[in-house]
Amino acid sequence: MTAAGYSVLGVTAVFVATLAVGAYGWRFSRTTSDFFVASRTVRPGLNASAIGGEYLSAASFLGVAGLVLAFGTEMLWYPVGWTAGYLVLLVLVAAPLRRSGAYTLPDFAESRLESRGVRRLSALLVVAIGWLYLMPQFQGAGIALAATTGTGPWLGGVLVATVVLVNVLFGGMRSITFVQAFQYWLKLTALLFPLLFMVGIWLGDGGISPASVDVGDAGPAGDSWVSPLAGTDHELYTTYSIIIATFLGTMGLPHVVVRFYTNPDGAAARRTTLFVLALLGVFYLLPPVYGGLGRLYAPDLVASGRTESLVLELPARMLAGTLGDLLSALTTAGAFAAFLSTSSGLTVAVAGVISQDVLGRRFGGVRAFQAGAVVAVLVPLGLALAAEGVGVAQAVGLAFAFAASTFCPLLVLGIWWRRLTDVGAIAGMVVGGGCAGGAVIATLLGVAPVGWPGALLGQPAAWTVPLAFLVMVGVSLATPRRLPPHAARTMVRLHTPEAVQLDRGTPPR
Amino acid sequence: MSETPPRRVRVTSPRTGAARAQRVPPAREIDAQTLLGEVYMSSLLRSQLRLALLALGAVAVFVGGIPLVFWLLPDLARIEVLAVPLPWLLLAFAVYPFLFGIGWLYVRAAERNERDFADVLERS
Repeated sequence: MTAAGYSVLGVTAVFVATLAVGAYGWRFSRTTSDFFVASRTVRPGLNASAIGGEYLSAASFLGVAGLVLAFGTEMLWYPVGWTAGYLVLLVLVAAPLRRSGAYTLPDFAESRLESRGVRRLSALLVVAIGWLYLMPQFQGAGIALAATTGTGPWLGGVLVATVVLVNVLFGGMRSITFVQAFQYWLKLTALLFPLLFMVGIWLGDGGISPASVDVGDAGPAGDSWVSPLAGTDHELYTTYSIIIATFLGTMGLPHVVVRFYTNPDGAAARRTTLFVLALLGVFYLLPPVYGGLGRLYAPDLVASGRTESLVLELPARMLAGTLGDLLSALTTAGAFAAFLSTSSGLTVAVAGVISQDVLGRRFGGVRAFQAGAVVAVLVPLGLALAAEGVGVAQAVGLAFAFAASTFCPLLVLGIWWRRLTDVGAIAGMVVGGGCAGGAVIATLLGVAPVGWPGALLGQPAAWTVPLAFLVMVGVSLATPRRLPPHAARTMVRLHTPEAVQLDRGTPPR
Repeated sequence: MSETPPRRVRVTSPRTGAARAQRVPPAREIDAQTLLGEVYMSSLLRSQLRLALLALGAVAVFVGGIPLVFWLLPDLARIEVLAVPLPWLLLAFAVYPFLFGIGWLYVRAAERNERDFADVLERS
């Protein structure tokens, strides 16, 4: 059998397994609550695996190794930031968000600030971030399938979209929880198992340090490859901007936040998040090693600009014959698990918002959720097929900077500062989102200037996030009459442990 | 006229109608949003926020400080520990146990704060 044959087999197995595990969850999915939040009965272990499976997208599975190969140690800030983002989420948001009793981010915004306007703006932002994040998943699936099996670049995206849609339509959150927990472990195995063989070969070859080799003009020299600072000019600013975007952006991603509502209570939400920290820490040990080995065994990928397929190709390059082909097929299967799980989570989050805020009045409950899921998948799939690749890592970076500049201030101030008003929240989200979105769109279109303005626009989070916080606080202080009347009661609901009998007001729905 | 003085009578009051100094449970103070209830709530909030900022401060200093240290002392990047460059060792391996450790300590302390709060509310 050919290498492409093994890959097709591996990808098919992932699709079939995903549908089968999903079907196991379908049997339990009956009520609206099942569809949205798996009836809030998911145990921390299973829930943490599901969060890990959902969070580790194509950018983590393929992107990190490729970026490390191409740019070196500074790119390790992305996996570090994606993990540290969960720590920030744990200490500032996890338990209060669960205790708020809301289904989605717009639900939280409305119940905390008692305003329809904040709700509408939040819904708009959730759909925007969700589509921004879904589009590169579909594109990445197309690129990966084309690279390993030689099909057209559109096929991978269509296949992933179809499988996701089938699972979401029939099972909702309940079914997705099982699928994603399974996919975390699949992704970990798919990276770890080939790595055991490859590290063995590397040690057999003498264990040369990746920093000591010269990969020619295309890649950085050893010294700059080892440096933990990003880029060549304004490196300190750029590095800190990446840190701020990833550390603070995680809490604003709609598919991350919606997971907290599936915990039984606030304390369980905290323990789940701690579990996730451990799972992410274990996973992110692996992709950088692929990057380091790639510098020794596949340096030509840098020159040809195909660093994103490093994880898919490295096993076959280092191990001759059938074993190498099989291991490459395994990493390809893992990559598809990454596309499927992240797309599933995003689809559930976006479908939840579309069905509640757009379709809710026309259809009810499960029917609206299913209609929302169709819209949530078809629009970004169309965008992915129409637009030429923006680059998986670039689009994901944009999503993080955007989320950090909009939902991070809303969540942090909403949870910890009782004088936040709806006008302040709207002003902060509009200013933060407008600046971050505008800056990155300017960079993507290639109209950004060089020098300092270019650095400020290329990685905007270091100034857009503080700006959003300042505007939110300033406008809130200037509009004390707009204080939500039940703010004190809401704070009781957000922060007191469930065991204590207290009047917590009415949670949303 | 008899010399025996009239019997002394002790006059007492059952005070049945008087208001008793009643202890209001803290939970009701919070529910009624009295000033005292606000004190209970803001002490819980402050202790949790202080804990969160402590955890974030540790991350900001020890992880956020890495770029600054390597920017000020670029020669540090050449140090190798067991044939692994120091920046690589820090960012690819050491940072994850550190983050988990902070998270673990935070969860323990946050649950202790909540237990203390629940004890105060249930003791009376």
